[in-house]
Amino acid sequence: MKVYALTLAATLAAGAAFAGEVAPADVVFNEDGAIVASLSGVAGNPAEGAKVMTNRGLGNCVACHEVSALSDAPFHGNVGPSLDGVGDRWSAAELRSIIVNAKVMYEGTVMPSFYRVSGFTRPGDGYTGKAATEIAPLLTAQQVEDVVAFLGTLKE
Amino acid sequence: MKFKALTAVAALMVAMPAITLADPDDDTLVLNGETEMVTKAAAPAHMEETGIDTVMSGWHFRNDDTQAMQADDFDNPGMLAVESAIEAWNTVEGEAGKSCASCHGAAEDSMKGIRAVYPKWNETAGELRTLAMQVNDCRTNQMKAEPYKYDSGPMAAMEALISVQSRGMPVNVAIDGPVQAIWEKGKELYYTRTGILELSCASCHEENYGNMIRADHLSQGQINGFPTYRLKNAKLNTVHGRFKGCVRDTRAETYKPGSEEFIALELYVASRGNGLSVEGPSVRN
Ligand code: HEC
Ligand code: HEC
Repeated sequence: MKVYALTLAATLAAGAAFAGEVAPADVVFNEDGAIVASLSGVAGNPAEGAKVMTNRGLGNCVACHEVSALSDAPFHGNVGPSLDGVGDRWSAAELRSIIVNAKVMYEGTVMPSFYRVSGFTRPGDGYTGKAATEIAPLLTAQQVEDVVAFLGTLKE
Repeated sequence: MKFKALTAVAALMVAMPAITLADPDDDTLVLNGETEMVTKAAAPAHMEETGIDTVMSGWHFRNDDTQAMQADDFDNPGMLAVESAIEAWNTVEGEAGKSCASCHGAAEDSMKGIRAVYPKWNETAGELRTLAMQVNDCRTNQMKAEPYKYDSGPMAAMEALISVQSRGMPVNVAIDGPVQAIWEKGKELYYTRTGILELSCASCHEENYGNMIRADHLSQGQINGFPTYRLKNAKLNTVHGRFKGCVRDTRAETYKPGSEEFIALELYVASRGNGLSVEGPSVRN
């Protein structure tokens, strides 16, 4: 049941966006590289965002980042900086940009782009090792908003 | 109960400063209490632009138990495969009625030093050969037997038997002359960011070795220890099998074991380990 729901979400994300959603190709960055408009038009839910960040099949952000508020989830990596206090360091518009395509703010960063569908070399179909037939963004518009909302709660 | 314990451990790990966890250790690998292995060496000259001055075996990035398992042949599960390969070495197969031993005699003598210099240019054939390609060339052309599947168990075992004869000798693959163009191609592949996650070998093994990526302690991705017995899949793993897994983890379309791309990549990655001791079969998690 859970698996089914997930697959459905992925399919929807790949196909036509929900009404009021900004498709990956239509995202607008302002002159500072930030994304001002919500991608989904629906306020983010921090609790859902926390789940996205620890789930291996979704954001898996803790693979690279330590987040003290998520210390219940096992094994945080240190490829990226600790995210403690990012809610003070960045605005919601900037955080949205870093998640959508971190390469805009950090040229050459190893951080993946979570809401982008083109420009890849040998894109694969998930972790099967086979070629992708259709490319869905790693997160849906709403999941990005949920993560932005959660990161906003990380204050020193 | 088990779950609780795990969570507690995890919480502890997160709380501890990353440095103590993540850095490669300073232990010394002494094989069977006799042979001291070179597991850290000055980086070869061609790596100057990488900023890496010391190349390190993946052994340094594993925990004490896994390290100890490799240090003693009685504890190293990879040695069972070596046993089976000794049998294969002496077994006549194919229409020519020959075994490996028919042409090469005792592996202890004829295979000494071989692993250290492969992949290697074969002048007669005019091609770069990996050890697996050479094994299969012998099987098809000398023995008139079926080739092993490139990354199969029997191939990994035969590679282990051949590697054992070079343990402790420094990796020393040539990168100039006729192989230079292939080496350049391998280098390009090493730095190509693939897949939906857009990560290259360098993203993990050059920029982030010593760091943790979730529960995995990133090493330099060296291949001096191959074939490698992995506790995770409880078998010997070939170089190309490992490459395939790493490329797949970038959410990419992988290359095939034995492909031109992986042959070139193997030469390049092997050359990044020039100076380290041959360790195969090593033990990793
Ligand atoms: C493969 C590694 C990796 C993954 C996965 C990853 N990041 Fe990052 N992230 C980085 C790195 C590295 C940086 C630092 C930027 C740089 O210098 O390259 C970074 C920077 C950031 C920053 C800015 C931090 C600061 O202190 O200014 C935020 C916010 C962030 N990441 C959030 C996320 C979120 C949210 C996710 C998951 C949806 C995520 N990251 C997944 C590697 C990663
Ligand atoms: C997403 C991160 C990531 C990328 C990208 C990646 N690897 Fe790995 N690799 C790992 C992890 C994790 C391990 C297991 C821990 C270790 O030894 O680093 C590993 C292990 C290895 C090993 C085994 C090392 C040993 O001592 O047994 C080799 C060899 C290797 N990688 C080569 C490569 C090559 C070549 C590429 C590019 C084609 C590559 N890797 C890309 C994460 C990665």
